[in-house]
Amino acid sequence: MARIIVVTSGKGGVGKTTTSAAIAMGLAKRGHKTAVIDFDVGLRNLDLIMGCERRVVYDLVNVINNEATLNQALIRDKRCDQLYILPASQTRDKDALTTEGVGKILEELAKDFKYIVCDSPAGIERGATLAMYFADDAFVVTNPEVSSVRDSDRMLGILSSKSRRAERGEDPIREYLLLSRYSPDRVKLGEMLSVDDVQEILSLHLLGVIPESKSVLNASNSGTPVILDEQSDAGQAYQDIVARYLGEDKPHRFIEEEKKGLFSKLLGRK
Amino acid sequence: MSTSSPSLQKAALEFKSTSLTVPVLLLASIDEKHIELQLQEKIAQAPEFFKHSPLLIDLQKLNGQGLDMDLQSLVKQVRDLGFLPIGIRGGNDRQNRAALDMNLPVHSLHGGNSAATHKPAAKTLAVSSEVEASKQPEQTLENKLITQPVRSGQRVYAKGDLIVTATVSAGAEIMAEGNIHVYGTLRGRALAGVPGNINSRIFCSDLQAELISIAGIYQLSDDLSPETAHKPVQISLDNQTLIIKDI
Repeated sequence: MARIIVVTSGKGGVGKTTTSAAIAMGLAKRGHKTAVIDFDVGLRNLDLIMGCERRVVYDLVNVINNEATLNQALIRDKRCDQLYILPASQTRDKDALTTEGVGKILEELAKDFKYIVCDSPAGIERGATLAMYFADDAFVVTNPEVSSVRDSDRMLGILSSKSRRAERGEDPIREYLLLSRYSPDRVKLGEMLSVDDVQEILSLHLLGVIPESKSVLNASNSGTPVILDEQSDAGQAYQDIVARYLGEDKPHRFIEEEKKGLFSKLLGRK
Repeated sequence: MSTSSPSLQKAALEFKSTSLTVPVLLLASIDEKHIELQLQEKIAQAPEFFKHSPLLIDLQKLNGQGLDMDLQSLVKQVRDLGFLPIGIRGGNDRQNRAALDMNLPVHSLHGGNSAATHKPAAKTLAVSSEVEASKQPEQTLENKLITQPVRSGQRVYAKGDLIVTATVSAGAEIMAEGNIHVYGTLRGRALAGVPGNINSRIFCSDLQAELISIAGIYQLSDDLSPETAHKPVQISLDNQTLIIKDI
């Protein structure tokens, strides 16, 4: 049985698409057949982050409207043959999405795939609510600042009341917290909420902390999911997150300020 | 056939029960001039709020002190000031009779949940009291227990007491006709005794609420003193004032 994961946040720009790309790649690299779907119809980005923007022929809306089959629209990743991308349409808007249409696609994917990652758009409108409606697990991506935390809290409320699981009275969606763009030195200076502050407000299972990192922007610009950059702290953080999601016990990293050695101080490296 | 057919069609009306929040005028004096002056002061503070506002006249305190109010002139007085009295409570026999003579219902003193509330109405509206009566047993059991965090944007309403064993987030709203208990941090809005139940209370283990209210008397977080924040407290209503005490 496939598990449907929604990557959501409420607020924009917190790293949903980066996270979707990274964890989909991480799961696929571990041998699980994974599909990642971009629900941000009209503002599609996932194909860019995944580096497959030139290979998009058909998209999610084409499949919903029966203008293409699912197999025609799915793009196989060149780096990992277990990973498929279903891009969003850039020329349409979110009203083109229907509950039945999305349900049918997910049902069909579930026959074949182990994990289905849904990259939610920002906001709490149609695209976002449909991305989470069928979910089994939710990765709530939050930045350590008050408005992002408030929006995540709102999203959690919607997850627990407006999903298919809630409507059918099944077990609730499993919710996990991913704290992204975390910078321990700024937390120390009191410029940023700490992990504990966020946890106190959201009271959620922490799946991992992703440090603020230059490698994320570099990875996005080059169309490579950051998890493939094994040297970078953000890449390692996502690897930990995938491992923890799959049930491995990994201690949390990147929460404390790193002690800089003389060597790295001299070289100015982090 | 033609005369009976309408009754076979969809019902033209139905009776439902509802509860609303209504200002209650608690009188502590029978000096009409005094009352008039103070009422005018209140109205001046919020003219729009009081204009054509329904009003329940509470005579319990007066009668407790043995003071006998002339209901007829009082009703005229508040009507002249723009209020629309919708009934009295806590009156003596003479006052109750006077109220019914003026087509004003006589309400019971207990929050509106007891069967006695509906007795006066029963005289004029037999059907309605049957509906109400059949609902009584449910109402007493409508306490609500919430074990999940109440998230921003969510609203919870309990017809009885509301017990939350998790946190209530900022931007969430919890309301109860009875008491509210929050065994977590209360960051959102908490409104107890919504239909005007002045004896209800709010209990929480960490007070950081945006707004607290009992029977419509509210306080914003700005007005909460820092001494009561971030610790377990109980909030009760005494003489139109919210009292916050440590537990």
